[in-house]
Amino acid sequence: MSRAAQPGLQAAFSAALLDPDLDAPPGLKAWNGSDPVVRLAVNRNNVLSSLIDALADTFPVSQALVGEAFFRAMASVFVRQSPPRSPILAHYGAAFPAFIASFSPAQGVPCLADLAQLEVLRVRAYHAADAAPVTAEAVSLAMASGERTGELRLALQPCVSALVSRYAVVSVWAAHQGDANLAHIHVDQAESAIVLRDGLDVLVLGCSAGAAAFVTAVQQGHNLGDAAAMGAVASTDFDLAATLALLLTHGALTALQLPPRLDA
Amino acid sequence: MVHSVQSTSPGILGAGAAPGAVRLLPACAGIGLKPQHFREVLDTRPDIGFFEVHAENYMVDGGPFHHYLGRIRQHYPLSLHGVGLSIGGEGALDEAHLARLANLMARYEPASFSEHLAWSSHGENFYNDLLPVPYDRQTLERVCRHIDQVQERLQRRMLLENPSTYLEFESSTMSEPEFLREVLNHTGCGLLLDVNNVHVSCTNHGRDAQAYVDDLPLAAVGEVHLAGFACDQDAAGAPLLIDSHGSPVASEVWGLYSSVIARLGPVATLLERDNNVPSLAALLDEAGQADVVMSARTAPQRRAVHGACA
Repeated sequence: MSRAAQPGLQAAFSAALLDPDLDAPPGLKAWNGSDPVVRLAVNRNNVLSSLIDALADTFPVSQALVGEAFFRAMASVFVRQSPPRSPILAHYGAAFPAFIASFSPAQGVPCLADLAQLEVLRVRAYHAADAAPVTAEAVSLAMASGERTGELRLALQPCVSALVSRYAVVSVWAAHQGDANLAHIHVDQAESAIVLRDGLDVLVLGCSAGAAAFVTAVQQGHNLGDAAAMGAVASTDFDLAATLALLLTHGALTALQLPPRLDA
Repeated sequence: MVHSVQSTSPGILGAGAAPGAVRLLPACAGIGLKPQHFREVLDTRPDIGFFEVHAENYMVDGGPFHHYLGRIRQHYPLSLHGVGLSIGGEGALDEAHLARLANLMARYEPASFSEHLAWSSHGENFYNDLLPVPYDRQTLERVCRHIDQVQERLQRRMLLENPSTYLEFESSTMSEPEFLREVLNHTGCGLLLDVNNVHVSCTNHGRDAQAYVDDLPLAAVGEVHLAGFACDQDAAGAPLLIDSHGSPVASEVWGLYSSVIARLGPVATLLERDNNVPSLAALLDEAGQADVVMSARTAPQRRAVHGACA
């Protein structure tokens, strides 16, 4: 009897939380007989504003670029259409850049979706698993691979990612860290970056499209030779030695070794 | 109509476990650990009884959060406070989430684990709010079942926090203290008495906060929370207080806290601040006020590592 008293109370309550046009679910009351909708508004606001705040934490530069009012309005549309699927909010917003790319009011700032993606990659790098960098001995051994050098297999830290953009998102992001002047940036200039965590610090390293393509190829499992070829295709100024040196300097490689010979 | 709670299992602790065993944190003031204070805490090692963290914030693979929590944990007792288990949810508890909690427990060995009498997930979605439940037999059975499951999975007693609520349900058949008493009796869990929530909820529902506290099994209190609230009005113009954690503790809440301490003696007391987080010094200063209230009643328990709490 009691089990049937309130079928789906939380389903109705949940729907009302995300949809301000829905009536309050049945069965709510206030001690003084006042309209429960005003009280439900506290929970509605807690849900919406706390999730918008979570997005604002992940996307500070995106918010600065479009202004708080526009950002929060855009984020509220996203929250209502894509509420979190997990109680862990660190990565809530991974789908926000794709949402921005399809959100018509944001099309006036064409670099916004890529800038937001750069911010997603920074948060991912910040919370990524810790792994030991490849040892100097392993690097020396790998460098002595001679004609098999192209067969070398690389593994990157879980924090490493690459971004290729048609826009100057690295400069725009840096300008908001006080490193550059926004007025002197040509936003239509294509830029790429490698994002990683070195120790406790997340770094955004501007790079050639070739270096970014190389990192992506390594993450897809290509060996050194194939990944280098893909880097060279992506940009004529791709510098393999400099890219490897950059990754090693920041401890971004966790393995560098030859695969076992198939004919052994 | 079922009049007794049909718990699916006797629970890890069963009913009537020794009440003293709920007080596992040092009986003095603690504060929430905020990422912006990580370095300062390690550099200055402030004299504070314990730190509390939200479990879900540390359910990440690696990086600075684990780096700093691991180091800070070496010097301070830890309270792990969950905000996402949805113990009051109509659906089953999320086993993957319980496994993540068990991993955090194994890694950081917190002195205490606590969660809320509330729900926050439904179906596929997480709402990031602590939502109210009706106080009826059906909900009581479900909450007890979930707490039994948590305590068995984590192999320890948990503390359950009284909620701040804005709404009531026509289907409720018990008062909130009565419901909490039943849950504590049937599961053996302890009580996290949030004094701010008592003030907020009692104001919002036209009840007497002192009578509410008198109606609780205070011997089961393992920790107290203090926080600030914001003020609004309902449709009839009556005060509607919002549990905002964004301002200092209000004088009415300090008054209620003082009366609780007069009854309980010193007990681990957390100053909660999740919005408008001030400097570490300001948080420590406010925590010091809780130690003063406790020392006015009796000398607070001294902490082995850093000496006096106050």
